[in-house]
Amino acid sequence: MILEGKVWKFGDDISTDHIAPGRLFHLRSNLEELAKHVLEDADPEFAKKVRKGDFVVAGNNFGLGSSREHAPTIIKMAGVSAVLAKSFARIFFRNSINIGLPVLECDTDKLENGDTLRIDLSAGVIEDKTNGAKLEFVPLPDAMIKILNDGGLLAHIEKHGGFKLD
Amino acid sequence: MGKTLAEKLLGAKAGKEVVAGELVIAKVDVAFFQDGTGPLAVRQLRKVNLEKVADPKRSILFIDHAAPSPRRELSNDHMLLREFAANTGAVLSDINEGVCHQRVLEDYAKPGDVVIGADSHSCTAGALCAFATGMGSTDVAVGMALGRTWFRVPPTFRVECKGQFRKGVYSKDLILHLIGTIGADGATYRALEFGGPAIDAMPMWQRATLSNMAVEAGAKAGLIASDNLTREFLKKYGREGDFTEIRPDPDAKYERVIGMDVSELEPTVSCPHTVDNTKLARELKGTRVDQVFIGSCTNGRFEDLEVAARIMKGKKRHVKTRVIVIPASREVYLDALRAGLIETFVTSGATVLGPGCGPCVGVHEGALGDKEVCLSTQNRNFKGRMGNPEGFIYLASPATAAASALRGEITDPREVL
Ligand code: SF4
Repeated sequence: MILEGKVWKFGDDISTDHIAPGRLFHLRSNLEELAKHVLEDADPEFAKKVRKGDFVVAGNNFGLGSSREHAPTIIKMAGVSAVLAKSFARIFFRNSINIGLPVLECDTDKLENGDTLRIDLSAGVIEDKTNGAKLEFVPLPDAMIKILNDGGLLAHIEKHGGFKLD
Repeated sequence: MGKTLAEKLLGAKAGKEVVAGELVIAKVDVAFFQDGTGPLAVRQLRKVNLEKVADPKRSILFIDHAAPSPRRELSNDHMLLREFAANTGAVLSDINEGVCHQRVLEDYAKPGDVVIGADSHSCTAGALCAFATGMGSTDVAVGMALGRTWFRVPPTFRVECKGQFRKGVYSKDLILHLIGTIGADGATYRALEFGGPAIDAMPMWQRATLSNMAVEAGAKAGLIASDNLTREFLKKYGREGDFTEIRPDPDAKYERVIGMDVSELEPTVSCPHTVDNTKLARELKGTRVDQVFIGSCTNGRFEDLEVAARIMKGKKRHVKTRVIVIPASREVYLDALRAGLIETFVTSGATVLGPGCGPCVGVHEGALGDKEVCLSTQNRNFKGRMGNPEGFIYLASPATAAASALRGEITDPREVL
């Protein structure tokens, strides 16, 4: 699969409170509305300006904090096609795969805000079309590739009637 | 080959010998949601016609994050959880009962269990030597319905603790110091295993604080061997029969061993806006505090309240510092009532609220104003956490919190002990 879009750059330690703040707890059953606030506490303009296909690009430990699956869900709903970071917090990473949001671990230093990226998911290659940089991302564990290929965890369970990961 | 606690616990539930790095499908013993993650979990199950639970007695829905509900949207979410409990036979822990992680320790988890909770601090039950970890709504929904889930067996960092805490220093100071040292992602994808003479001597309420905060170093679990103190704890809740002794093998293979001498620790504080931004309480003297919160799944147990009450007894809170005290569960509340702690708090000018998460996650009961400073005994101080991205949150032990409530500024508790 080929993904193409612009970079929205964030720093290290972007927490689930930056992405889906607790003060909006009452919107968790209204994801359309919650998605209008996605990443609000890191960049108040982001939700308004992000375009379908764009990428969230960050430093270390993206998604640390709460187990709220609403965080990757509203990133996906905002149109983001993948999140790229130097590293991810564990629960966020697993949640993203479960709901079908690609999360790619790579060295994001060369990717600048506003750059256009082209990502070949199956080949594992990221190309920064603005500055010509080419990067590879760390392949996902096999179990996660299976879940992602089935379309997320629910689809996986429906398809196989249980876990089929080996 | 010797095994770590993580390898032992997951191997037993996967029905085979396992080593770190391996993928396993394991039996789930206890599965739970709370009111922030549960409604999504219920909807996910309904999407695939799987509204059922594998083991109703050990599937629990906690209404604790917004309890009682502050607004209609959340009241409707609560209704959905009550309906799911009625449809499936799962246990409902309603607004009177308290924070999920404390309730799981009291009534549900036991040594050897696999516990999954749709809440990141589900690692708390590692203090009872259960393999307990936090996951998202869909993962827990599926685990609750099927009674199984998948794990990658994590490599382990052993935190080997010796020495004796000095007066005014607690396990909260230990864990804040550890996270300050290894960083908020220092143990990502790892299990932390706490052990050594200082842990053997540590009472359960302080062990629970360590396990609770394992996730703040990125860890998947915070495990502690079960021993006589574990047995005593279970006995208090009428569950002595649930006890089994589980220890790591002496020749277990650890990815890293972190040695700590707890005698060297001093009261420690995490500064805004990350848990690993730690300083000593005495270095922060003079930092104004507008609100103190004593409670949460980290430090809302009876003994935590007792430590704070002892410091506040017969004294008044600083006139500019409001104080919120929340027992973590109904049992804690009752114990505190019987011991006279509630009276001490109220007399000293604190507001005591019903069991639950309180202001910890910013939904209600103590949101911060712009530029306000809160010193809290909770586990997390991220920007926006307590309802306002313009607020500042410091994290500390109940002793530091109580001392700071009296002085109106961050205070090393040894100054008032
Ligand atoms: S007390 Fe705070 S950290 Fe603990 S479960 Fe409640 S909201 Fe989460």
